[in-house]
Amino acid sequence: MSVMVVRKKVTRKWEKLPGRNTFCCDGRVMMARQKGIFYLTLFLILGTCTLFFAFECRYLAVQLSPAIPVFAAMLFLFSMATLLRTSFSDPGVIPRALPDEAAFIEMEIEATNGAVPQGQRPPPRIKNFQINNQIVKLKYCYTCKIFRPPRASHCSICDNCVERFDHHCPWVGNCVGKRNYRYFYLFILSLSLLTIYVFAFNIVYVALKSLKIGFLETLKETPGTFLEVLICFFTLWSVVGLTGFHTFLVALNQTTNEDIKGSWTGKNRVQNPYSHGNIVKNCCEVLCGPLPPSVLDRRGILPLEESGSRPPSTQETSSSLLPQSPALTEHLSSNEMPEDSTPEEMPPPEPPEPPQEVAEADK
Amino acid sequence: SAQVHNLQELRRSASLATKIFIQRDYSDGTICQFQTKFPPELDGRIERQLFEETVKTLNGFYAEAEKIGGSSYLEGCLACATAYFIFLCMETHYEKVLKKITRYIQEQNEKIFAPRGLLLTDPVERGMRVIEVSIYEDRCSSGSSSSGSSSSASGSSSGGGGGAGSR
Repeated sequence: MSVMVVRKKVTRKWEKLPGRNTFCCDGRVMMARQKGIFYLTLFLILGTCTLFFAFECRYLAVQLSPAIPVFAAMLFLFSMATLLRTSFSDPGVIPRALPDEAAFIEMEIEATNGAVPQGQRPPPRIKNFQINNQIVKLKYCYTCKIFRPPRASHCSICDNCVERFDHHCPWVGNCVGKRNYRYFYLFILSLSLLTIYVFAFNIVYVALKSLKIGFLETLKETPGTFLEVLICFFTLWSVVGLTGFHTFLVALNQTTNEDIKGSWTGKNRVQNPYSHGNIVKNCCEVLCGPLPPSVLDRRGILPLEESGSRPPSTQETSSSLLPQSPALTEHLSSNEMPEDSTPEEMPPPEPPEPPQEVAEADK
Repeated sequence: SAQVHNLQELRRSASLATKIFIQRDYSDGTICQFQTKFPPELDGRIERQLFEETVKTLNGFYAEAEKIGGSSYLEGCLACATAYFIFLCMETHYEKVLKKITRYIQEQNEKIFAPRGLLLTDPVERGMRVIEVSIYEDRCSSGSSSSGSSSSASGSSSGGGGGAGSR
């Protein structure tokens, strides 16, 4: 007599997460939905570096020093590693409130503000004043049904609240927030260095070879050089500028979002309370500070709904394991709250700063 | 597993009445701290000092996890030097402390909260937003506990208000 073992496919939590993210490798990788520009970034970096290693490096390693391709390889690997880390990791998404929690908070809001009559639009923003030592104003997010921590913001592209939200970067195909800001910064820094390196050694290569066989012959032999120089030239202006801008932000412990909104500038505004006042301390905290793990638990297993051991009335008790996200998504879609309507609540998807607005092909 | 065992014990003799949520305290910045203010719903269920001590200990753990100092810089720099590949095999200091917190909460649930008909949920399972405290009613003594459990399902405010007012 044979025993039939029916294997049910395990459902992991990432499959039921709300928000507009895509997940790969069974929840290990998390990105935004639009990945086209990210592929372009990859293509430009890989393409340019392949050409560099294939042509210029072979000549320069012999003529000058074998250390040249070695350093280039190190820079290339470091920037690729940081790029992939930035693109694939959780930026610091705050999971949405479960129904119980949302109801509890709504009750508290009604208690403080008075009940909103049915059919009327509630006020667009609700601020919670927590007075312990100082007054802290928190904004309520209608989509996620939570009071956002300070410095958090809701990304309208990914439809998630992200802690220490910096900006949504289409070049890396992900939001940049608390958990991946250091990777993003190291990526643009190493990419700047790599671009300068490749640009400089291309010039050296052309100069050296032109002395021997002439400029036109050099270009005919390795036409890729011209392409590399072109790409590096445009990349230099954008990425190096961006690196400078973010170095400035890191030194002051500010986010791009705060800089655009002018949260800490102006006469009537409070000074940035998160800055330590010391550039070195700020840099250390932002780049080398403790790294909080992701609270999304993408690879957690959702229990099968039809598991017979737990009767439905007791399911609320082990709420941490319940697949409440589908119920939550229904709850949200049936809720006609003005979550995304107020322009002030949403950060701009891509900040309009000169370095980032370069329309030319960027590395 | 000890928490599940306690859960089953509770479920046999009690049903969920209501849940309260201890919110974050942002007066010290963005670090993870929870409000130590004693919630009125727990009045009579647990001694004020015991509860506040639990929350203060948790706050201490989180402060330890997010402490900026020599060891955290060392970890950060070492990780950067290895292009963050070291995270594939090493656990961060933060993760280690989170595990300590999970063990502590299990312990507290077993020793202090479950005997009083309460259950703490690890904040990490709620996105570090809240400490969820589930309040259980004894089945024999409740007529309103069923309204409490239905409020959890529907998310309406009336059930929650009824649950809080029933004790």
